[in-house]
Amino acid sequence: MRIAVCIKQVPDTEARLRLRKDGRWVDEEDLPFVINESDEYALEEALTLAEKTGGEVVVLSLGPARVKEALRKALALGAQRAVHLQDEAFEGGDAPATARALHAALSRESFDLVLTGSQSDDNGYGATASVLAGLLGWPHAWLVMGVELEEGGASLKVVREMESGMNEIVRIATPAVIEVQAGINHPRYASLKGIMQAKRKPQEVLTAADLGLDPAVVGAAGSRLEVVSVAFPSTGAGAQMIEGDAATAARVLVEKLRNEARVL
Amino acid sequence: MSEDLMSKKIWIVTQHRDGKLHRMSREAIAAGQQLAQALGASAEAVILGSGIDGLAAEIAGYDLAAVHTADHAALADYTPGGYVSALAPALAAARPDFVVFPHTYQSVDYVPLLAQRVDAGLLPEVTSFENGDDGLVFTRPVLAGKMVSRVRVRGEGTVLLSVQSGAFSADSAATGSAPVAALGLGEVTADREILGVEEVAEDQVDLSKADVIVAVGRGIGGADKMAPARELAELLGAEIGASRPVIDSDWLPRDRQIGSSGQTVAPKLYIAIGISGAIQHLVGMKGSSVVVAINKDPKAPIFNVSDYGIVGDLHEVLPELNAKIRELKQAG
Ligand SMILES: Cc1cc2nc3c(=O)[nH]c(=O)nc-3n(C[C@H](O)[C@H](O)[C@H](O)COP(=O)(O)OP(=O)(O)OC[C@H]3O[C@@H](n4cnc5c(N)ncnc54)[C@H](O)[C@@H]3O)c2cc1C
Ligand SMILES: Nc1ncnc2c1ncn2[C@@H]1O[C@H](COP(=O)(O)O)[C@@H](O)[C@H]1O
Repeated sequence: MRIAVCIKQVPDTEARLRLRKDGRWVDEEDLPFVINESDEYALEEALTLAEKTGGEVVVLSLGPARVKEALRKALALGAQRAVHLQDEAFEGGDAPATARALHAALSRESFDLVLTGSQSDDNGYGATASVLAGLLGWPHAWLVMGVELEEGGASLKVVREMESGMNEIVRIATPAVIEVQAGINHPRYASLKGIMQAKRKPQEVLTAADLGLDPAVVGAAGSRLEVVSVAFPSTGAGAQMIEGDAATAARVLVEKLRNEARVL
Repeated sequence: MSEDLMSKKIWIVTQHRDGKLHRMSREAIAAGQQLAQALGASAEAVILGSGIDGLAAEIAGYDLAAVHTADHAALADYTPGGYVSALAPALAAARPDFVVFPHTYQSVDYVPLLAQRVDAGLLPEVTSFENGDDGLVFTRPVLAGKMVSRVRVRGEGTVLLSVQSGAFSADSAATGSAPVAALGLGEVTADREILGVEEVAEDQVDLSKADVIVAVGRGIGGADKMAPARELAELLGAEIGASRPVIDSDWLPRDRQIGSSGQTVAPKLYIAIGISGAIQHLVGMKGSSVVVAINKDPKAPIFNVSDYGIVGDLHEVLPELNAKIRELKQAG
């Protein structure tokens, strides 16, 4: 089975965020980046499926130069090849604009399956991969918590998360786009051998021109959404912030919970 | 007639299951009505399914210019193919300016596909909008709720927009009396075979009845670092709950998860330890009476829904807190 995995590199959720000077995004200088959480699970699922079927895993990522690090990690984990969509023209895209670029890159080869995460931890559209499925003309499923190959890979039994603690089990035909939800598996760690091998694995770089894409249909130029500004939500509105060292804060909290909130 | 003179139109696509409107359908109606008012547009609702007259009549009790029904056997169960094939021709014909959806697991599954099919703009998870100096500006969370993005729509054509849970109050939806009419349907085809549904966590601990919940997040740092939180729970006679990453990492079993894909709780006291406060977690616990948050990040969104907050390292604060509560109990 030939499987493509779309991974996005996003700011580490632990990172302290600062506003960029223009106020339209966070300052990326010195910001630690990681592979998007659900994408890590998608990669693990792809590697497992490929091991079962003796297939190949190709990772794709659209983003600036820093993205190479995420791709290298995916190669170290076991992906065979990496494709980096790197072009100023790709930057700042909304879900449809990013999907157009990914679609152009994926269409150059033939895949049986495209695995992605369910949602990016930065833009959080939850939409890029579904638009991609539409462009490919393939069925898809969002929020996938289980994938099982049927009929030698002609169809998939997919467990899909629903609200209120239920899962839906559906059958869809392949080729398909599967949008993996965090928690589906236990992502592996890279081995030293994997890290060494990654250095020799092919990493291809593609620009809009390489893909024959009009720069006007991708990135910020190709987006219907335009970010005016970003801001921190007004923090602590209504919350009493308790100051002091750990011992003091603990003492004051207990007093307040007992005498003010009357819950102790 | 020029664009400006043509009247603007908002559609609202409602959602239902087991014969009942989804809670967020009313929030979407409220949002659609408010958007229509801000733009001087008319608001019309849509409902898809099979045998949906009763639900359509219920929606017709809101102040809407029309309720459109897409009633078809292939829409009895939700599939993205079915919903997109029903809605795409209708949107292409009616060309509404905005289509408002509740931001649910179901809508996120198919709305992007619909946007691709009809070449519409896509604006997920809106929390508010304002028609001010910058034009019509929408807000939506980014970076897992740590920041808010203000976005504007550019270009021509329909925009599909979803509204976040709780952002618009269902009670603010204006009532009225709307005419119901069937939507012209082309070929409607389901594209998934539904094999069944299963419960995620069987034999689950029912956290909804707990009076006190001690909830731990990724900040706890590992299954082996749980002892002080467990001690706090024991001292308070509380149940242990958790955010999703704690469960995904196997630090606690799935039946301890709180949030949109876990349990919904409403204890008298909820103590959130090392939880950032992403919306998917908040929807599961915002009914709590008193919320305490302990987090090392002063900007963590959990503080926005808290009554008491301590900024600090949980590994330092928890032992102190346990000691103080033990003292209190000994004093009687
Ligand atoms: C469709 C969907 C459904 C989801 N369903 C759910 C759900 O049901 N429930 C749920 O919880 N999430 C759910 N999520 C995930 C959700 O979006 C967040 O990713 C998740 O809630 C984050 O969990 P967290 O706050 O524990 O982790 P993080 O966001 O990583 O936050 C960890 C926090 O711990 C703090 N911290 C770290 N170390 C310390 C320390 N030493 N002392 C004090 N504080 C510390 C950090 O400052 C940070 O605020 C869902 C996501 C999606 C896309
Ligand atoms: N720039 C990107 N490069 C590679 N994959 C991406 C990119 N943006 C989004 N994706 C994929 O699409 C999924 C959903 O992203 P989003 O629509 O931003 O929530 C992610 O989990 C990734 O798998």
